[in-house]
Amino acid sequence: MENKPKKPTPSIKQNHGRHQDPIARRNNFDEVALGFGLEEAVTEAARCLGCKTKPCELACPVNVKIPEFVDLVHKEDLGAAASKIFETSLFPAICGRVCPQETYCENACVLKEKFGPVSIGRLERFTADYARKNGLVTPPPCAPDTGKRVACVGSGPTSLAVAAELRKLGHAVTVFEALHEFGGVLSYGIPTFRLPREVVRFEVDMLRRMGVRLLKNVMVGKSITVEELKKDFDVVYIGSGAGLPAPMHTPGEDLVGVYSSNEFLTRVNLMGAHNFPESDTPYYIGKKVIVVGGGNTAMDSARCAMRLKPDSVTLLYRRTRAEMPARVEEVENAMEEGIKFEFLTAPVELVGDERGRLRRVKCIRMELGAPDASGRRKPVPQGGSDFFIEADSLVVAIGSSPNPVIQQSTPGLATNKWGGIIVEEGTARTSLDGIYAGGDVVRGGATVLLAMKDGKSAAKAIHEKLSAKEN
Amino acid sequence: MNHDIYSTEGLYKIVEKTELSETISQHVIYAPLIAAKAKAGHFVILRSREGGERIPVTLVDWNPERGTVTLIIQAIGKSTTEMNALKQGDSFLDVAGPLGTPVEIKNWGTVLGVGGGVGIAELYPIARAYKEAGNKIVSILGARNKGLLILEKEMAELGEVIVTTDDGSAGRKGLVTDAMNDLYAAGRGPDAIFTIGPIPMMKFVALASLPHKTPTFASLNPVMLDGTGMCGGCRVEIGGKPKFACVDGPMFDAHQTNFDALLKRTAAYREQEKESLERYARDHQCRIGLH
Repeated sequence: MENKPKKPTPSIKQNHGRHQDPIARRNNFDEVALGFGLEEAVTEAARCLGCKTKPCELACPVNVKIPEFVDLVHKEDLGAAASKIFETSLFPAICGRVCPQETYCENACVLKEKFGPVSIGRLERFTADYARKNGLVTPPPCAPDTGKRVACVGSGPTSLAVAAELRKLGHAVTVFEALHEFGGVLSYGIPTFRLPREVVRFEVDMLRRMGVRLLKNVMVGKSITVEELKKDFDVVYIGSGAGLPAPMHTPGEDLVGVYSSNEFLTRVNLMGAHNFPESDTPYYIGKKVIVVGGGNTAMDSARCAMRLKPDSVTLLYRRTRAEMPARVEEVENAMEEGIKFEFLTAPVELVGDERGRLRRVKCIRMELGAPDASGRRKPVPQGGSDFFIEADSLVVAIGSSPNPVIQQSTPGLATNKWGGIIVEEGTARTSLDGIYAGGDVVRGGATVLLAMKDGKSAAKAIHEKLSAKEN
Repeated sequence: MNHDIYSTEGLYKIVEKTELSETISQHVIYAPLIAAKAKAGHFVILRSREGGERIPVTLVDWNPERGTVTLIIQAIGKSTTEMNALKQGDSFLDVAGPLGTPVEIKNWGTVLGVGGGVGIAELYPIARAYKEAGNKIVSILGARNKGLLILEKEMAELGEVIVTTDDGSAGRKGLVTDAMNDLYAAGRGPDAIFTIGPIPMMKFVALASLPHKTPTFASLNPVMLDGTGMCGGCRVEIGGKPKFACVDGPMFDAHQTNFDALLKRTAAYREQEKESLERYARDHQCRIGLH
């Protein structure tokens, strides 16, 4: 390494990274965010003040050693930067893309108010991609085999985090996935234009290189029960996610053309329906698409639909833009791509034709009333505001609840009234001995990062239990 | 022989393949975990290759000793045609399962099985399980013609078999419901009915048994995607409420089933399915019946 100027340059304007042109990207499923080149990354890294108090690192759900890795980027030592991230997180290319950094590290950055925060997420992503493409990634060393066996149910973010941590500590880990691809929501849910699949495959493959056994096509709760797994494994970690779609309970929901966001996104993202007939799985959206909801899944659904080239995609949300739970960046992306937003609007009836296909959606206008339990102002229907929108298809993206199959097939496993598994705060222990749970099956639909955070803290508790047994 | 159910060695290999008719093949596949857990009424989801569809197929038989499961596949669309083009020694890419809720096995007395077409393959393990539970089995097997009639011999080993064909080339000419009505007329009404076959057939079986209040169960075959209760694409209306065929079924109370809604939903991708099959036929120059 040459001697680089080490003095920070915080007042340089924050670089958000390059993006694909909004019109061009409507015609492809390639990644929207193009990120940094080496020079841009080094310049952005140079803005970091390297605060001794590390507010960014403390705000990170998976405790990435942010000031240290950013400093290594500044020094253009990308291999060392990647290794530094790996010390606490094995999934930087995934996290660098799907973590809402604006609410974590970048929100805590001391430069935020004056110059804009260091673009930590973009730097993490760049570091991970650079290391991957240049063969600088080596699996972290694993402790000698302990002889203890751990089963992870599901291969989404929370199980991946548990598997990585426990394998490093020398335990034998087997991950069970019901579908034919690993990654859970990273594979079936998040679109490729936000998270390319080679990124997911590479970081999952890292686990394989570390000696984690990954088994697909096994649906725990049906193919084999948790009780049966418990006979062959010392600990079972349940990370089966929130895969149960919430219906709208609106007349006409059974019409052809009405999809849950899970089905629509799975058809496209997991099965490659956008490549039909090269891929065998079809989709049906017609010319006019409606998406219902205001979260990230609604944005993903609307933006996927737009790329299938209908005449229009219209998003209905019953509150206003200010109350939308989706990331600001995703709402902006969706708007740039030409998706129409109808705020304060809710569907009340879906009307079909004689073949049972969706034709029109009856909607009402809402106004915001007093705050509800969530603290947000409750939408109230405006009398006499009915109107119809023509629609060939409609995607329901109003949330999902914990996948119920494991809870139903595991006697004695305590659950809450939403069907989530009840765990002890901080240890992820369920009501059954040796069985732990985390991620969306506990929280309901939350985020990739919180799922990973759960996995990391569960791994700590599991390791303590497994180590205690040694004595 | 003891199989490591967690091993991926040799998974999904077709160890035996038999042609049952021009379009129907029987595959015996190595899948020890599924073989160890299978029960009557379970199904699996198959993919033959990268980019392939997930196709649900009911288990016909299973052998935990050999670590194998037996499936019968009728070539109807592109994916099933491709699957039946696989040879002994080839492997499926994915076989997920066992999935679904197995049928509840108990002693009803006399159980009538009504199977249509390739549905007979799905009826067989259920009839066998009821026979083992002490029931008397009577079967009505319907097919378009003699060439499409399968498992007649196997079903006959379980009890009386009545065959009906559309063209009279085997058994009596007519519909399965004609034979059913004759049983009722002769005072031989069963204590329970299980029916698997085309949706209109199952609908009319349910209508025929309704006046006699015979408990009747139908195995539903909606469009399915993940098969794990995640997408809701396979939702069916049972007693006015939505149920997921993949995890709650596929067997449901036929008298509570909205067959008309099911029929409309299964037609969702008819045009795309036709396009896909025609394209495949063009590319492969093979003779396959376009439906």
